[in-house]
Amino acid sequence: MNANAQNKIYTTDGIPLEISLKKVERRNKIKAFLLAAPLLIFLLVIYIFPILNLLTRSVDNRLLSELLPRTYIALQDWDGSELPSEEIYKTFFIDLDIAHKAKVSGKVSTRLNYTKNGYKSLLNKTRRSLKNFEDGNYKEQFIKLHKKWADLEYWQAMKQSMPKFSVDKYLNSFDLETSFDGKIVQKPEDRRVHRILWLRTLYVALGVTICCLFLAYPISHLLATLPLRYSNLLMICVLLPFWTSLLVRTSSWMILLQSQGVINDVLVYFNFIGDKNRLELMYNMNGTFIAMTQILLPFMVLPLYSVMKNISPSLMRAGSSLGGTPFVSFRKIYFPLTLPGIGAGSLLVFILAIGYYITPALVGGASGILISNKIAYHMKETLDWAMASAMGSILLVSVLLIYWVYNKIVGIDNIKLG
Amino acid sequence: MALHSHTELRYRIWHYAYLLICTAVFVFLIAPLFVIIPLSFNAEQYIHFSDDMLSLKPEAFSLRWYEDMVYGTKNPWGLAVRNSLMIAFFSTIGATILGTLAALGLSSRFMPYKALVMSVLISPMVVPLIISGSAIFFFIAKIGLASTFPGIILAHIVLGTPFVVIIVTATLTGFDHSITRAATSLGSTPVNTFFKVILPLILPGIISGALFAFVTSFDEVVVVLFLAGPGQTTIPIQMWTGLREQLSPTILAVATCLIMVSIIVLVLIELLRRRSERLRGISLS
Repeated sequence: MNANAQNKIYTTDGIPLEISLKKVERRNKIKAFLLAAPLLIFLLVIYIFPILNLLTRSVDNRLLSELLPRTYIALQDWDGSELPSEEIYKTFFIDLDIAHKAKVSGKVSTRLNYTKNGYKSLLNKTRRSLKNFEDGNYKEQFIKLHKKWADLEYWQAMKQSMPKFSVDKYLNSFDLETSFDGKIVQKPEDRRVHRILWLRTLYVALGVTICCLFLAYPISHLLATLPLRYSNLLMICVLLPFWTSLLVRTSSWMILLQSQGVINDVLVYFNFIGDKNRLELMYNMNGTFIAMTQILLPFMVLPLYSVMKNISPSLMRAGSSLGGTPFVSFRKIYFPLTLPGIGAGSLLVFILAIGYYITPALVGGASGILISNKIAYHMKETLDWAMASAMGSILLVSVLLIYWVYNKIVGIDNIKLG
Repeated sequence: MALHSHTELRYRIWHYAYLLICTAVFVFLIAPLFVIIPLSFNAEQYIHFSDDMLSLKPEAFSLRWYEDMVYGTKNPWGLAVRNSLMIAFFSTIGATILGTLAALGLSSRFMPYKALVMSVLISPMVVPLIISGSAIFFFIAKIGLASTFPGIILAHIVLGTPFVVIIVTATLTGFDHSITRAATSLGSTPVNTFFKVILPLILPGIISGALFAFVTSFDEVVVVLFLAGPGQTTIPIQMWTGLREQLSPTILAVATCLIMVSIIVLVLIELLRRRSERLRGISLS
């Protein structure tokens, strides 16, 4: 035996202990990972990949290049300074005819209409007359059919809609668009609908978070300082709404906030307001704001409570025995100690508020809806899925950013429920 | 919280103001729920307190909306309840099994990439439902399960697992691993150890995780709205449709029943929490 080997410790099997331990550790690692693997694979397949797919959907613009493949190639060499050549008109006719016969020309007109209003009626009219076209002189026949075919803007719009991938939907989410010369410009004022929604969502989420914080702070303090048998009883007031269906709580707010609802009735009964000018509490921002604050309040109380529970009351007593007034002791001792709870609760409420859908849809009316409602609108009504995906991606990225911050500050392992 | 006799007047005032504010917030939290209950017994069709109701005349109250809920032909609540329970049952089983296994792995100190895996597993709870709904909808439609129960159940398993993972992991943090080693040294196989030693100890955590998963599925409306066909009406969908059209007293009767369900869930969770703490040797303070 040489000197080196003498220092090594062996197991009874004669394998060096170091190697044997490493082996065991690797086996344990694999074992632990295998336990988590079923859920991980399940989520990757059913959840994570579909979300990534949603992200690609937002830039996917292959529809026109697939339905009008020849025109797509022909328009690539066209510089857009003057009307396309006879050749391009002819290619477009061939493509449109094929698309029409395959019954997909409706998709073409819908897509082109996103870029330029008026395309739908133009193509509908053109489509019906395709069979009357004669060979040769297509440019003339198109223009004779509708003078818009001689309008440069329509051809520019078509070329603009052609690229296989585009960030147009992202620009559109902020009411921007690319002009034909490639500059990013604001949309016309009457078509700006999205930016105000983003701002409103941000405003509501921030406002609800702040309101929740101010309402939750005193009651969490009370719950944390009362003797356990009282605080357990009061805790029910926080946990019962937490466990109650969201729709039930929203409908209770609908009863309360209606113009013929309980709050207005009480106010009228006590003559605070006249019967004629009942407050409009619902189907506007007020409704969204009030209902969301109450619904999200438990999510602020629970983290604050768990932090406050662990602050020793002797600290405040020490503060006053050293001559601090209750206000000074609060500001210098108690408040800084509750900051982790404030951070955790605020981020949680903000994350939940920014993606809220049900409550705004029911009590928000037209002026109280948030960005999620617009995404749902694009998903279900306009069927502009690329647009819904783009807006969803922006929302997703902002939520994940906050989640990342939350993770840094609180740690996901420290989330407590109930 | 009692005040000392020598407390200055202004702090006394502060104290009472503080209590007043707290009372107001508690009322704000709980009162909206209790507005629903009396109105669901309204004899009239309107959703506000009539004078007869306020003077507690017996003829102002009735059970007609509950009858309408059970026997009414216009609103198939019975079907909705059956569908909801069925979906919630299967998605709870799926979420509980997958979530508990993952939590067992995650709480092992050998787990590689713990933080990364954890954040992936928690993500369905964080991502706004409208995004989860859209993404899952495209996927489920692609594999041909749109408007079917399996599709909805798969989606609800996704939404339920984060709760199971979080709660079971939390239960396992206080877990004394020397017990399992003791079992192994006494000749128990790993499977036997799990069922005879680990499972009984973490069962309260698993059950409360399962309750969370159940309630998540039972209450879920955003994703179901994307996935459900006419045959898959659930209670939340039925309520959503009803609320969008008109707030009817029948909906309030259903809401009252749901409040009762949540009271039961609340009591169950509290009992489980106490049992779990007792089992793990954490005394109730």
